[in-house]
This record gives sequence, structure tokens and C-alpha cells, in this order.
Amino acid sequence: MITNFILRALDGKITLTVAILLVVAALVPALNLLTTPDSALHIPTYAMSLMGKYLCYALLALALDLVWGYCGILSLGHGAFFALGGYAMGMYLMRQIGSRGVYGNPELPDFMVFLNWKELPWFWYGFDWFPFAMLMVLVVPGLLAFVFGWFAFRSRVNGVYLSIITQAMTYALMLAFFRNDMGFGGNNGLTDFKDILGFPVQADGTRAVLFAMSAIMLSLCLLVASAITHSKFGKVLVGVRDAESRVRFLGFRVENIKLFTFVVSAMFAGIAGALFVPQVGIINPGEFAPANSIEVVVWTAVGGRGTLIGPIIGAILVNAGKSFFTGAFPEIWLFALGGLFIAVTLFLPKGIVGTIRQGWTSRKTLRAAADQEKGRGTALLPQAAE
Amino acid sequence: MRITSLFAAFFALLLVSLAAPSFAQQPVDPKPLIDQLAKANFSQAEDLIGKMAAAGDARVVPVLQAFTDGDLYVRKTDNLVFIGKTAGNGFELVEPLTGESAGQVAKNAVTKIKVNNSLRRAIRSAMGGLTLLSPDRSVRLQAADAVMRSPSSENLELIEAALAKETDAEVKARMEEARAVSVLSSDRSVEEKRDAIQTIKDLGGRNALGILNTISGSIDPALTADVEAAVAALQSEQQLWDMAQNIWYGLSLGSVLLLAAIGLAITFGVMGIINMAHGEMVMLGAYSTFVVQQVIRDSAPALFEWSLAIALPVAFLVTGAVGFLIERGVIRFLYGRPLETLLATWGVSLILQQAIRSIFGPTNQEVGNPSWMTGSFPLGGMTITWNRMWIILFSLSIFFALLFLMKKSAYGLNMRAVTQNRRMASSMGIRTPWVDALTFALGSGIAGIAGVALSQIDNVSPNLGQSYIIDSFMVVVFGGVGNLWGTLVGALSLGVLNKFLEPSVGAVLGKILVLVLIILFIQKRPRGLFALKGRAVEA
Repeated sequence: MITNFILRALDGKITLTVAILLVVAALVPALNLLTTPDSALHIPTYAMSLMGKYLCYALLALALDLVWGYCGILSLGHGAFFALGGYAMGMYLMRQIGSRGVYGNPELPDFMVFLNWKELPWFWYGFDWFPFAMLMVLVVPGLLAFVFGWFAFRSRVNGVYLSIITQAMTYALMLAFFRNDMGFGGNNGLTDFKDILGFPVQADGTRAVLFAMSAIMLSLCLLVASAITHSKFGKVLVGVRDAESRVRFLGFRVENIKLFTFVVSAMFAGIAGALFVPQVGIINPGEFAPANSIEVVVWTAVGGRGTLIGPIIGAILVNAGKSFFTGAFPEIWLFALGGLFIAVTLFLPKGIVGTIRQGWTSRKTLRAAADQEKGRGTALLPQAAE
Repeated sequence: MRITSLFAAFFALLLVSLAAPSFAQQPVDPKPLIDQLAKANFSQAEDLIGKMAAAGDARVVPVLQAFTDGDLYVRKTDNLVFIGKTAGNGFELVEPLTGESAGQVAKNAVTKIKVNNSLRRAIRSAMGGLTLLSPDRSVRLQAADAVMRSPSSENLELIEAALAKETDAEVKARMEEARAVSVLSSDRSVEEKRDAIQTIKDLGGRNALGILNTISGSIDPALTADVEAAVAALQSEQQLWDMAQNIWYGLSLGSVLLLAAIGLAITFGVMGIINMAHGEMVMLGAYSTFVVQQVIRDSAPALFEWSLAIALPVAFLVTGAVGFLIERGVIRFLYGRPLETLLATWGVSLILQQAIRSIFGPTNQEVGNPSWMTGSFPLGGMTITWNRMWIILFSLSIFFALLFLMKKSAYGLNMRAVTQNRRMASSMGIRTPWVDALTFALGSGIAGIAGVALSQIDNVSPNLGQSYIIDSFMVVVFGGVGNLWGTLVGALSLGVLNKFLEPSVGAVLGKILVLVLIILFIQKRPRGLFALKGRAVEA
């Protein structure tokens, strides 16, 4: 049944994207590990990590597309779910440091020793066990999304209001995580990681695996998202986006539909964050900044919302542009990004993928119409302009 | 005629010249007392100080001051006492009473008169007593304060003597209080002390509380109940003042929120544009102030006191014009797609930030405060700073001006018509695009004016706007979109709430709690505090 569910999701474009992602997942690590540094095909480790970061961002954008593109919920707080997933992973990595920290305390992370804490806070228990940490990567963002969505959707908070309270949520979390006595490292966040599952985080091999995992998780999530949107449930979802009241009057429980999507999307974001942290080596409260979440919205908009593939392309393109501009012309980057936002909203409201798709369909319909006209003869056609 | 007036003038001069020495003329000449200090030990010195004080000659005040400062020296050759000031390698000696120079001496030609803390205390109260009789009103006031700070039974007689002569009402009241404080540490009768407690209680404030708390341990047991009652009364009064001060801080924060949010109440609240560039309009206003002040400093420094008044219209025009351009260039294509205005205006805000950063640099710019914005004044038990005071008044006046414009002017009528029913308004001959552009320009201009005020209390940097944008949205959403009164109530109540949470949970946690409360509140009332009713809700 589940295979059926997934198989139905595989239309041409999704299959192609998943295939490309899997090839990338195999090829890039191979080129990094198996070629010598002076070879023309060699991909340096930093470039691979950078691409791995883009893939995490792509997954985050995909998560946002699921709620925004298909359900009409513009979340300005998706960065919070991303960061929470990242923190869950970061906590696991912190516990793996053990006594190798600066203070050499076998039990407590450095920042707790520094704050003169005597024992591990209860919410850190279990994070030294990888499966538990991975469960938390899903559960913590999912739970937050569930509680938040439970209240918000039930009271029918909509549109702009919902966007703004999601923004308030991530802002409040940012302020909270900046506090030292929250027990998450305050301002500095969690960093100085050593091992993941016994492998050193900095090693090329580990990084290659992390990159491959990012690509694989992205394709998995893409498949799940595609399965959801291609199912009957997906049709209702689009219905909620386009005519919420009508769907409600037809007897659907709109708040449950929204809640489900929101929670799934938050979990995707959590996974993205968890893959992001070991590749960049740090997680700090800055990830909760409302500006970050808005940027995710932009990637999605640039790529094309409601297309699933668009956000992936958008996230990779914008971030590659960011890496290039901030290196080459740091002054210009914000102008370029700002200009991009404006240009996309004004001229490409459907995003890159959406616009291309529209172009395809309109060409197809035009051609079909033209064929039809030919068949019928020219009698009915109005005279060509003289 | 002329001769009589000349004669009168002469006579007056004579009187004055006679009067001056006659005032200083005292029954005991303090000079020998001062010279006896040369050979006195600490306890003898204390006696001498008492005698000097009793002599009541104000001329010994600088001598006593020099004594506490350790500047009193004995000349070894003749055992006379002088005030010494370091000059080169030696001392410049000054006659203690007349202030005439007695020439320079080497360091080893004089001996310093030693002073200890109990002497210093004696000197302080002696000086307090002496200056109570000074002809200068402000000196007498200071002296009364000095007595109040270090009450003693010796001072009691002095202050009572001074009270008998005092004519100035304010000085008299202050002296009465000083007397009451002294009475409590003297061996006067219980009744007198009871009166004194009452006087101190009426004085009020933290000082009175402190005085009563210090004496409560050593007081006559018969008076304990009175003291406790007075302390309790004062404490509850103090609590009230603390509350008032807290409300004031809250109103002050609320007025800042109001200033930041009021422009947004128009662009977001009335027009429905999620204007993420709003913070940057505030920032542009602050930078306009900076530029205006630079120009004034360079070309007309005399106008500096007026710089804010000049900056107001400049900031309004600059940000209004920028707002007009944004509306015409970007936003007008996005009406009916509110979530997309968010993206476009966010882009605008990035561009504006980077533009300012490129022009002025990323660092904070120095914006000066005119003198009428600095300092503070006491009001009962609280201190009120002028800049906060002006900002509260300013934000309220902006609010009411805007309200008047919206409700009473023809333009306001057009604007409301367009927001309520665009097509109908258009059919009635209102140029809706023009109204849109002007409204957005108005909202931006008001944000710019807010920037002028906020430049006085915040750092002027390219990131200035970022720190206000979220708060502004919270205020508008909390108050109710499309309702100016809601914005006012929302801003002030959030400000006060924040300041009341702050003392118990700390600033950051207080802010987090406020955010969480807003999120919960929106669940309860999804349209804010003052929701618009009727068709506008579904629009």
C-alpha cells in the first residue's frame, strides 16, 4: 500500500529530480575521496561541505513549500524548526565530546562547567544515545508545530496574522536561546564538535557521508512530499489553500488537515537542521533570527511555490549566488538579494519553475489548438491582419 | 535736590560698608581657637571645633573645610596655623580667617595637623551649624541638608537658633525637618520626639525611610510603635511611588512602541501592505536628523537647539518621498496579494539598509541631544528625564494629529473610502491610485518622524530599523489591524506590561513572556484588541 502510495507520486519530473539527487549523492563524495587533489575532476572538501549546506537549505525550502505552496500557510518561523532540529543534533554532538573539552569534564559540556553547573539538566538526558537524538530531531520541531498549530488553526488564525505570530514565535525562541540559563550554550551556541557515531566530524570521509546523507534525505523527503501532494489528501490540501471556507463547508476538518501538513513540514525542517549542524560545525541562536526565516520564504518564492522542485532549485541558486557575491562583491550582495526579491515578486510571481511550467503548458495548448484549427481547415479562421 | 540724592547715596554706601563688618563682628574671636589647634590632641581638637562652632563665625568654615581635607598646617617657627596649598616643592600658606597669602615655605618648615574620622564627623556637624546662619539662602539650604545627613544633639541648638531667625519659608521648612532629625538623636522628651517622627514622616521619600530605619533600633521603647507606624506608612507610600515610576517607564516604552508602530498602523493596518521596509523608514528618519545636525554644525551652530525641529519636516519629506517611490515602483502591482508585498518590501528594506551602509558606513552615527532634551526633574518620589517626557508628549501629539487627519479631513475621508470599498470609491470620482500613493507616503513619512525622535534615545546605525520591525507588527496586530486607537492602547499596554514583568523575571524573559502572551492573545481574538466589524473583516 505504501509502495503504491509512493509510486503514484513518481511523475516524470519528480523521478528525474530524485535520480539527479541520488547521482549527486554518489558522485560528489566519490570525486572528493577517490581523486587526487590535483586532478581536474577533484571536488575539494570545503566545496562539498558548502554543497551539503545548500542541500540542507533546499530541504528547508521544500518543507516551507509544503505548507506555503500547497496549504497556503505562510510560515515566517520555519527557521525555528530548522534550528531546533539543529540543536537536537548539536546536543548529541556535544555529548560525544566527553572529556575532550577544554575543561575535561566527562559529564558536562564546557559551557556548563564555565557557568559553574554541577549536573546535567534533565532535558539533556538521553542525547548521548544517537537514536534518541535522531528521534528528538523529529519530535521537538514536530511537537512545537503541533502545539502551535493546534491553537492557531483551531482559532482560525489566518493569513497575515498567522505569518506574524509565527515570526513572533521564532523571535521569542531566539531571545530565549540567547539566555545562558536556558542550558543551550547561550550566545555561543553549541560548537567544537569532535565525533559523530565514532567518526571524527572534520574528516573527509565523514563529510562525504554527511553530504550523501543530505542528498538522500532530500530525495526521501521530496518523495514523501510528492506522495502527500499527489494523494487525495493533497487535492484537499490545495482546496484548503484556494478556498478554505468551501472545503470546510464540504465537511472536511480544515484545522486537522493544516495541522498534519504543518507538523510534517516542521519535521522536514528539523531533519534539515540536523544535517546542517555537523557540516557547518556550529549551531547558535542566530539561526532563530526572523530574517533567516524570511530568506527561506524567498528561496521558495524564487524557485516557484507549489512545485516541490522549485524550492530546491531556488534554495541552491540563491545560496550559490550568495556565496559568490559575498566573496567577490560583498557590497553588492544585499542590493542583489533585495533586487531579486522585488524582481521575483513583480515579474515571476510563480517562480522560476512555475513560470517555465506555465510556458510549457501554454505552448502545448497553443500547439494543440493550432492542430485543431488545421484539421478543420482555415474557413473559420479570421482573416490574417493585413 | 541733586545734593540730597548725592547725600543719600553716600549715606547708603556708608551704611553698607558699616553693615558688612558688623555682620561678621562676633563676641568671640575665633583666631586664638584656631591657633590652639597647633598643640591640641584629637579630643582637645574636638573641643576646639565645638567652641568654634559655638562662636558662630562663618569665617571659620573654610578653615574647617581645610581641616577635613588635611590642608591645615602649623608653621614651626611661630606655631601659628595656616591653610596650606601645594606649590612647587613647598606650600603656599594662607592666613586662615582673612585668606591673605602668608608666603611660600619649604615642606619641612610646617607640620600637618592630623585629622581622624571622629574629628571629621565633628567638623561636619560644626560646619552644618555654622552655615545655617549664612546670609546666602542656598548655603543655608545646603547646611540644613548637611544637618539632616549627620544629625547630632550639638546641632540641635544651632538649628533651633537658626530657625528662630529664619524668614524664608522653604529654608524654614527644610530646617524644621533637619531639627526633627536632630531631636530624635538628642535626649529631648518623648513628646517632642513624637512630633519629630511625625515631621519626618511628612517629609516622605527614601531619605525619611532611611532615617527612621536607622533610629528604630536605638529609639526609646515608648516610641517604637510610632516609628513602626511611620515606617509602614512611608513604605506603602514608597511602593505607590515605585508603582508610579514603573508605570511611567512603561508609558515611556509604550510611547516608543507607539512611535515605531504608528506609521505601520497606516501602511499595514489601513492599506494591508505587510511593509517590512517600515523599520528602514524609521532608520532613514534618524539619518535625516544626523545629516541635518551635520549641516547645522558646519554652517550655523547657533541653530543647534532647533535642529530637531528642523529635522522633523526634512525627515517627513525624505521618507515620504522614498515611500511614494516604493509605492509607485513596486507595491502598486501587488495589491490584493498581501503576502507577496512582504517579500517585495523585505527586498526594499535590504536595499535601503545596504545603501545607507555604503553611504554612511556600518558604524553608529553620533546624533546630539539639544539641551532641552537632557537632564531630569523630580516629581514626588520619581525622577523624570526630559527626553522621555518629550517623546511621550511627541508620540501622543503625532497620534492625535494623525487621528484628526484621518477622521476630519477630506483626504482622510477619501482614504477611508478607498480602503472600505475601492471600486465604489473609484466610481465616486476618487483617484484611488493617487490616494494609495499618498497614504503610503504618509505612513512612511510618519515613520521618518518617529526616526527623528528615536535617534535621541537609540543608536543610529543601518540596523536601527530591524530592532523595531517585529515590535511594531506585534503592536499593530495586538491592537487590531485598521484601528488607530487599537495601536495606541496596544502600544501603551504592551509597554507597561513589559516594564511590570521586568523587575520580577528580567528584561529578556519579560520580553519573551510578552511575545508568548501576544501569541496566545491572537488565538483568543484573532483580529486583535479592537477588531473591525462588518464586511471589512472578510476583505
